[in-house]
Amino acid sequence: MRKINVSQISGAVAGLVKQASFFLRADVLSALRRAFLEERNSRAKKILKAVLDNAACARKEKLAICQDTGFPIVFIDLGQDVFLKGSLEKAVNKGIEEGYKRNSLRNSIVAHPLDRKGSGFSPCLIHTHIVKGDKVKITFLPKGFGCENKSRLQMFKPTASLAEIKDFIVGAVKDAGPDACPPYVVGVGIGGTADYSAVLAKKALLRRVSSKKSKLENDLLNAINKTGIGPMGLGGRCTALAVHVEIYPTHIAGLPVSVNISCHALRSASIVL
Amino acid sequence: MRRLTVPFGKNMLGSLKAGEEVLLNGTIYTARDQAHKRMAEAVKAGRGLPIDLKGACIYYCGPTHTPYGRVIGSCGPTTSSRMDAFTPLLLLSGLRAVIGKGARSQEVRDALRKHKGVYFLTYAGCGALLSGCVKKRSVAVYGDLGPEAVFRMEVEDFPLIVAIDTMGNSVYK
Repeated sequence: MRKINVSQISGAVAGLVKQASFFLRADVLSALRRAFLEERNSRAKKILKAVLDNAACARKEKLAICQDTGFPIVFIDLGQDVFLKGSLEKAVNKGIEEGYKRNSLRNSIVAHPLDRKGSGFSPCLIHTHIVKGDKVKITFLPKGFGCENKSRLQMFKPTASLAEIKDFIVGAVKDAGPDACPPYVVGVGIGGTADYSAVLAKKALLRRVSSKKSKLENDLLNAINKTGIGPMGLGGRCTALAVHVEIYPTHIAGLPVSVNISCHALRSASIVL
Repeated sequence: MRRLTVPFGKNMLGSLKAGEEVLLNGTIYTARDQAHKRMAEAVKAGRGLPIDLKGACIYYCGPTHTPYGRVIGSCGPTTSSRMDAFTPLLLLSGLRAVIGKGARSQEVRDALRKHKGVYFLTYAGCGALLSGCVKKRSVAVYGDLGPEAVFRMEVEDFPLIVAIDTMGNSVYK
C-alpha cells in the first residue's frame, strides 16, 4: 500500500490546468502544422496560420489559448494499491480553483443551470477508474462549450447498418458546421449505455491525434473532410484533424453512439504520481 | 485592406461585400448570452438600453480574467447563433454590426438587410492573438455577470471578415 496525501494531488491538478491552457498539445500542433502545409485554399491557409500563431502567442505570453477555458474535466486512473489521505474530490477541485485563479483563466461555471447566478471555476467533473498498481494518473481536459454544444447521442437499433452509423457521425459534424471552431477532432463512443457512450466519446479526445487509426476512423475522417467545411467553415481540405472511435460491449437490444466534437484548441495534460 | 472606424455612420457599411477582410478601429462592446437577454428584456419593458447602441458594434465575447500587467486576457469570439433570437431587436435599437463566429439564422440575415447592418467574423479560437488588438478595456454595464458583463473595448486593427453584408449576402455556402 502506497500512501499519497491529497495535497499532492491538488498541486498536480493546478499544474495541469496551466499546462493545458497555455501550451497546445504537441500532437494537435503537429496536425495543425500539417493541415497548414497541405491546404491549398488561400483563406483556409491564412486561418490555419492564425491558429498556429495563436498557439505560439499563448505559449509565449502565458495567455489562455482560448478565452473559453472550458468545463474542467478530470480523469483519474487510481491504482488500487494507493491509500489516499484526505478527500480526493475536494483536493481535485482545490487544484482546479488554484490553477484557474492563478493563471487568470475564465470562471465559466454557473452553480445552477437554471438560475445561472454567479460564476466560478468549479466544481469540475471527475471520472475515476480503478486500475492495478500503486500509481495515480491524472488527466485534465478543459472542454470548451462552443463545441460541447454540438454533442450528439443516438440509440440505434442493434440491426442498424454501419452506413447509418457513419451517416449519423458525419451528420453531427455537418450540423456543427462553422460554429464550433473547425478543424475539429471528433470523438466517438460506440457501445455501453447512453451515458457511457458519451464518456467514451469524450475520452476519445485524449488519444493522440497521431495515433494509429482503424479503417472506420480513416473512412469517417475522409467523409468528414469531403464536406469541405474547412477552417472557420469558410471552405478547405481540413474539416477534421482526426476521428477517434472508442468501442465498448453493449446490450443485445441496443447500439448507443455518441459524438463529442472538439474545436481545434484541443487541450489536455496528464501526470502520473 | 480597408480600415473601418466604429461607431458607424449611416452609409459606412453599404460598400462592404461578404468575404471581404477589413480592420476595425474604435470602441466596441462585448455582449453574450445573459447580457443579450437583459438588453432584450429592457427594450421590451420600455426601459431603454443601458448603453447607446446607435451605430455601435457588439462583439460576442467573454474574455478570461486579465493577467497582471495586461490590458485584457484571451478574448476570441463565441458562437453567434446563440444570440440569433435577440439580434433583430438590437438592430432595431440602432446596433449596426456584430462580430462572432459561425452561422446565423435567416431572421438575422433579413434583419441585417433591413437595417443595413453587417455580421463580421473574426479568427475563431484565436483569443490570445486577438488580445493584442485590444488597447483599453473597462466594464460598461452588467458587471455582476462576471465574464458575461458588457465590456467596452478599444480596438486597433482588429481583423474581421464580412460574413453577411448589408444586402444579406453570406460568406457561407
